[in-house]
Amino acid sequence: MLRFIFGRLAVLVPTFIGVSIIAFSFIRLLPGDPVMLMSGERVMSPERHTQLMADLGLDRPIYIQYFDYLVNLLQGDFGSSIVTKRAVLTDFLQLFPATVELSLCAIILAVALGVPAGVLAAVKRGTWLDQTLMGTALVGYSMPIFWWGLLLVIFFSGYLGWTPVSGRISLMYFFPQVTGFMLVDSLISGQAGAFKSAVTYLILPTIVLATIPLAVIARQTRSAMLEVLGEDYVRTARSKGLSPFRVIGIHALRNALIPVVTTIGLQVGVLLAGAILTETIFSWPGIGKWMVDSVFKRDYQVVQGGLMLIAAVIMVVNLIVDVLYGFINPRIRY
Amino acid sequence: MKKLSTLLAATAIVTLMAGSAWSKTLVYCSEASPEGFDPGLYTGGQTFDASSRTVYNRLVEFKHGSTELEPGLAESWEVAADGTEYTFKLRPGVKFQTTEFFTPTRELNADDVIFSFERQYKADNPWNKYVAGASWEYFSGMGFPDLIESITKVDDLTVKFKLKRAEAPFLANLGMDFASVLSKEYADKLAADGKMELMNQQPLGTGPFTFVAYQTDAAIRYKANPDYWAGKEKIDDLVFAITTDAAIRAQKLKAGECHIMPYPNAADVAELKKDDNLTVLEQEGLNVSYLAYNTLVPPFDKAEVRKALNMAVNKQAIVDAVFQGAAKVAKNPIPPTMWSYNDAIEDDKYDPEAAKKMLEDAGVKDLKMKIWAMPVARPYMLNARRAAELMQADLAAVGVTVEIVSYEWAEYLKLSSAKDRDGAAILGWTGDNGDPDNFLDTLLGCDAVGGNNRAQWCNKEFDDLMTKAKATADVAERTKYYEEAQVIFKKEAPWNTLDHSLVFVPLSKKVSGFVMDPLGIHRFNGVDIAE
Repeated sequence: MLRFIFGRLAVLVPTFIGVSIIAFSFIRLLPGDPVMLMSGERVMSPERHTQLMADLGLDRPIYIQYFDYLVNLLQGDFGSSIVTKRAVLTDFLQLFPATVELSLCAIILAVALGVPAGVLAAVKRGTWLDQTLMGTALVGYSMPIFWWGLLLVIFFSGYLGWTPVSGRISLMYFFPQVTGFMLVDSLISGQAGAFKSAVTYLILPTIVLATIPLAVIARQTRSAMLEVLGEDYVRTARSKGLSPFRVIGIHALRNALIPVVTTIGLQVGVLLAGAILTETIFSWPGIGKWMVDSVFKRDYQVVQGGLMLIAAVIMVVNLIVDVLYGFINPRIRY
Repeated sequence: MKKLSTLLAATAIVTLMAGSAWSKTLVYCSEASPEGFDPGLYTGGQTFDASSRTVYNRLVEFKHGSTELEPGLAESWEVAADGTEYTFKLRPGVKFQTTEFFTPTRELNADDVIFSFERQYKADNPWNKYVAGASWEYFSGMGFPDLIESITKVDDLTVKFKLKRAEAPFLANLGMDFASVLSKEYADKLAADGKMELMNQQPLGTGPFTFVAYQTDAAIRYKANPDYWAGKEKIDDLVFAITTDAAIRAQKLKAGECHIMPYPNAADVAELKKDDNLTVLEQEGLNVSYLAYNTLVPPFDKAEVRKALNMAVNKQAIVDAVFQGAAKVAKNPIPPTMWSYNDAIEDDKYDPEAAKKMLEDAGVKDLKMKIWAMPVARPYMLNARRAAELMQADLAAVGVTVEIVSYEWAEYLKLSSAKDRDGAAILGWTGDNGDPDNFLDTLLGCDAVGGNNRAQWCNKEFDDLMTKAKATADVAERTKYYEEAQVIFKKEAPWNTLDHSLVFVPLSKKVSGFVMDPLGIHRFNGVDIAE
């Protein structure tokens, strides 16, 4: 097991270099440069443009810029935003917990509803329940997030007034960021009502972000379950007279979970992509919104630094998923 | 240690807030995160709203809701007869804000003013490059590096600006955000502590509101400055709730989560107006959108051809389709709210028949041209492609074939300036300081050819008027020159002036004293809220 983990860690190094090259070149391939966008409609003289590009070190040959970047990266320096002038890592660390909090809640909701829905659909295969569940999943999967989010806001916040429109917590509450997780920080703050407020602000964004993963997980669980339910050992278990709960819950589901866990792992990438839109709709101060704004402003440092950090997170999550396989299915040995 | 002090500061604030309960708080749903808090470094309106208009003051200020100037930190000023020397008498007894992070020991004096400007152009000033890539965009964009000869301290409360030449718009420029006055004492303290970058993160000035905290991309908090020289504000706290999506801003306003919002979607305005709890303020923006011909390329070098093309386009139809009524057709290159707007000028009449004949008379047959459409929505032009399509149809009716082209925004800005640009380009402008020079000379002067002058139009008569208008501080005289310049512009038709858009600010009926600003900034001094 340890050997496996070390092996996987070793693979991370070339992957990282690959990601750094892609992150570095991708944003530079886009037409336009940050200096140009800084001045907007007001035209900058070519001399001044050259001067400012030089000030930012963007006039040097691209490979030198890249190696500089790599050297700084190895020292833990992700550079500073061209626009805000703040350190990329500082901003990332401040904003990332918000994205993690939202994504975690979303994935918990997606698993909590998606797995049982998939199992139910598989067990009741072909019935109206199966069709309703899978039909709903298909609709959820095809839902344009932006439209869906706006719809929920208009109905639940605007029309019914049940949930707040956007933000992370009521502006009434103001306390220092300790962990960056609002649910935790609001508890630590000791301010009455803060935790409740944080929960109400989480509801709609969680639902919106969970929608697509929920649909994918439900469908995946159903098909994995159907496959397993047809296996000999399930028939054997049934013929032994085990209760349906034991047959489905222990014998079938456990084996069906492996592709489901893979799917859940892959959903992390989907969640981060979904977070971009969800965060924009709900003014959620996370990294999704931060990255998109930076692309528009050609903020090279933020885009490449942000991509590197996100890639690192996804790689670690995938590693964890691989390790988890062993726990779910003891036959898998590393 | 730093963490501890932050924690202590925050605890103190929390205690303060707890003491005052949820005091009189005004919540403004701002449209974007501020780029930073040093207004000299940036050009974004959201940054100015969050820094210069809340925390800072300038020597001269724009009167609330107008582009007229009034005394700010300078109580009075004198301009030398030749227009090259401006002497400002500073207001005595102006206190800098006392905050959790700094306690000032002295009042505003000439050193603060000199520091605030010199850092923006003196390369040897340690603050000139205090953050990587500091470019002082507006200072340079307004031509200050080539204009200012020196800034000297006459005495503690008197500062003299010596200019290299007479420049009438100079005073209006001093009312702009980049000209905000910072505390030199605070700057020295930050420099001594090796924390210069905090100038851009924890602003401290003389303005109506004291900065409390910025929660990245989420909220900015201010308290009313108890020592404000013009008197403490009526509200206790001001919060900017950063809400980038316009539809969500509207929902928040309706739900009472904020009291004021800028920039609603044009489509949402009607519904917001219907809401009993809201008022929707509206004003013509200080902007113009235009189609600039390239007057260096035949046949667009002929005024009669440009005029004929202008007459072939139904501008009202464009305004109706693109803005759903939230704009007015433009006839002059400056907006009607600006002084010296020449209302006597008659717009080119929409008359396809006459246009067709004029083109024939000019010897133009089977003309093929390109129209450049911007890829982004700007306040003065919400949908350039739609506008271009309407023009395409109108021009087809007079026998002109139009191809619509577009580029990525940064590319568009760059390529549209080129002297050999192929085609007419849609673009626009939002005023910086309410001075006609900021439109007429900036966008149509000979110096701007190959740059801001997208028509590449250089007319000696027009340009001479610009020079004359700059050389005098007499507004009546300047008005005369600018009015005359607009007549020449209309005759020569380097642009087809398209529209001046309307700007809306929906707000809660609980709010009183909020005034829309023609410069597009949002100011909260003087605003009150019913409890």
